[in-house]
Amino acid sequence: MKRIYFDHAATTPTDKTIANTMLEYMTTKFGNPSSVHSFGREVRKEVSEARENIAALINANANEIFFTSGGSESDNFALKGIAFANKNKGNHIITTQIEHHAILHTCQWLEKQGFEVTYLPVDEDGMISLDELKAAITDKTILISIMFANNEVGTIEPIKEIGAIAKEHGIYFHTDAVQAVANVEIDVQDMNIDLLSLSGHKFYGPKGIGAIYIRRGVKIQAVQLGGAQERNMRAGTENVPAIVGLGMSAVIAKRDFVEKNAHLVALRDKLIKGIQEQIPDIKLNGHPTKRLPGNVNFSFRYIEGESLLLSLDMKGIAASSGSACTSGSLDPSHVLLAMGLIHEIAHGSLRISLGRDNTEEDIAYTLEVLPQIIARLRSMSPLCAENSLGVTAKECKTCYKK
Amino acid sequence: MCAKPKVVVAMSGGVDSSLTAALLVREGYDVIGVTMRLSDDSRDFNVDEDRGCCSLADVDDARRVADTIGIPHYVMNFRDMFQKTVINYFIDEYAKGRTPNPCIACNRYVKFEGLLQRSLELGAEFVATGHYARIESDEHTGRYLLRKGTDATKDQSYALYHLNQKTLHHFMMPLGNYTKVETRKMATDFNLSVANKPDSQEICFVPNDDYKAYLEDKVPQALKAGNIVDLAGNILGKHKGVPLYTIGQRKGLGIAAKNPLYVVGLDMGKNQVIVGSNEEVFAKELIATDLNWITIDALKEPMKVSAKIRYGAREGEALITPIAEGMVKVTFNEVQRAITPGQSVVFYDGDTVVGGGSIVRAIHKK
Repeated sequence: MKRIYFDHAATTPTDKTIANTMLEYMTTKFGNPSSVHSFGREVRKEVSEARENIAALINANANEIFFTSGGSESDNFALKGIAFANKNKGNHIITTQIEHHAILHTCQWLEKQGFEVTYLPVDEDGMISLDELKAAITDKTILISIMFANNEVGTIEPIKEIGAIAKEHGIYFHTDAVQAVANVEIDVQDMNIDLLSLSGHKFYGPKGIGAIYIRRGVKIQAVQLGGAQERNMRAGTENVPAIVGLGMSAVIAKRDFVEKNAHLVALRDKLIKGIQEQIPDIKLNGHPTKRLPGNVNFSFRYIEGESLLLSLDMKGIAASSGSACTSGSLDPSHVLLAMGLIHEIAHGSLRISLGRDNTEEDIAYTLEVLPQIIARLRSMSPLCAENSLGVTAKECKTCYKK
Repeated sequence: MCAKPKVVVAMSGGVDSSLTAALLVREGYDVIGVTMRLSDDSRDFNVDEDRGCCSLADVDDARRVADTIGIPHYVMNFRDMFQKTVINYFIDEYAKGRTPNPCIACNRYVKFEGLLQRSLELGAEFVATGHYARIESDEHTGRYLLRKGTDATKDQSYALYHLNQKTLHHFMMPLGNYTKVETRKMATDFNLSVANKPDSQEICFVPNDDYKAYLEDKVPQALKAGNIVDLAGNILGKHKGVPLYTIGQRKGLGIAAKNPLYVVGLDMGKNQVIVGSNEEVFAKELIATDLNWITIDALKEPMKVSAKIRYGAREGEALITPIAEGMVKVTFNEVQRAITPGQSVVFYDGDTVVGGGSIVRAIHKK
């Protein structure tokens, strides 16, 4: 059966060149960069180079980049590290309702430690309001953490404007840019970003590696303690093969940026248009234009999202419905609920996240298969009053809020 | 070449449903494993709390089995449905002074309606479970029949009496022909990692099987202290909340009496626990409603059956008589102990389930 991978927001395949290079750093160049001998020295250089390449991707300095195990650790580090290092200054943090769980659950944990958190709402497109952000700031606010782009609906937040507000008030600004890196232009200087989280496997690097950018001079304390690696900011022997891989993926992302994203946008818009033309009773979730180049997210009325996903999987199409939870079952998306969708509609959503290897044929196949599946599921749906009661005059109970 | 029928197997991560999947794969069906997520995730950073029948550990077990026998496995979220049809029902029934059977509600609404619907959506023709009961079709009447499992100690037909003809058509219960011992033996032969996993116990969403603590936590307003009275209305003592008592209970009443006293009735309206002698715990007749019939369309005239008033009870010979629309009177030959409102009464003809219903009340001889 033909298999199509449409879940690049969950993870991407590691670039083959990267994977091959990494192997060398496990077998022959396996040294510990902290060692004084030649085995250590030969990899220390590579780690520094990777740091520079990541810095270059977001216009930071190499000494502002710290390697972590990935996006979740970077988010934890940013929030906990800033909160505890600045608690004499204040105990208030501002974030949004649509953050990744790495942010939301860390914020909930911080609330238990005595911090106060404001969760900003979003509008129907998933966009925060700058006025509401300003209004939420108090003299106790020490950190604003707002995601660069949303992982489910792809909405890109007004990061530069947020950065300006944070700077004006002297508040640290962290952004979870896990989905945005390599897909959106990021300039931490121009955008006044103080801390930024990124993850390797979201842009063709390996899993288990990420980084946090911490602007020079930011007052933060380490969360993971132990050895003096990463200039005392993150203990643990460097994951050299993955660091080398992450550095390479940053180079490739910079090199192919324009071409790759033009490809994604073309496929994305074709898919969105095709779905809108062929399937009735749908809603495009997320901002119509300010969205990630590879993100397509629709709600289908009368449909159980889980059944849709599994039906697509049986046709070889690997998509998702927002964030996967540990058990693999689906919860109604907190992002869609925050955007004002009612529970049932939030359940019936589908996220397709495109990647560089997707083709026109993939889109054509999807536009052939998806409408059939939707039609079949709708014909069986108990959510639709038409089916359960055998009458057509009745309005379906499951409707959009608006 | 004709395609093998597609079957969804409800895999809880236990040995029964795991073997069910393995047997159907061996039979050549196109099997899909599905684990139903029923209870709430623990978000309290406490690993120990996520247990019970459909914990993450059970999901992992089901996945491992699916990998072993080479079938796709999915997890489906039924938490909302479970909350509404099982947990809320459980709490409401207790709050009304009745004794619910949440496993029957779960079978009825979540497994046999919810899962069937979702399985049909996936293009499956059948759904299989690891219940110890048999589904067969009657050649003469063309009806589907539900029969007891051959392992008398494991038979689960009592909890399945609400199955209707449509559901019976779609469901498969291949373990009905085996004993539990055989199941474990075959699971070992199939090399299933769960072959020796202990059976699940009691009510999956109630921590430590302590339903009293659960009710105190969830519906404290239903637990008002009141009087313990005898059948004549004389006050004999104090109770801590009617839902905390069960029909037939002797211990924990806190009353000193010449002869042992038993709970014979619960009256939420008067907030009273009614006690009586051991004899008064027994009754010969009961009224049942919310009926479902499997061998017949409806009960038109009295019928001799053998009836069972709770999961662990022994069957008794009885006559069932229609007394009103959707209501029957069950008259036993021998008295039955602790007929409990809210529990199900199930009617058998030999090893075949005739039907069943929910007990409204016992009729005590005046």
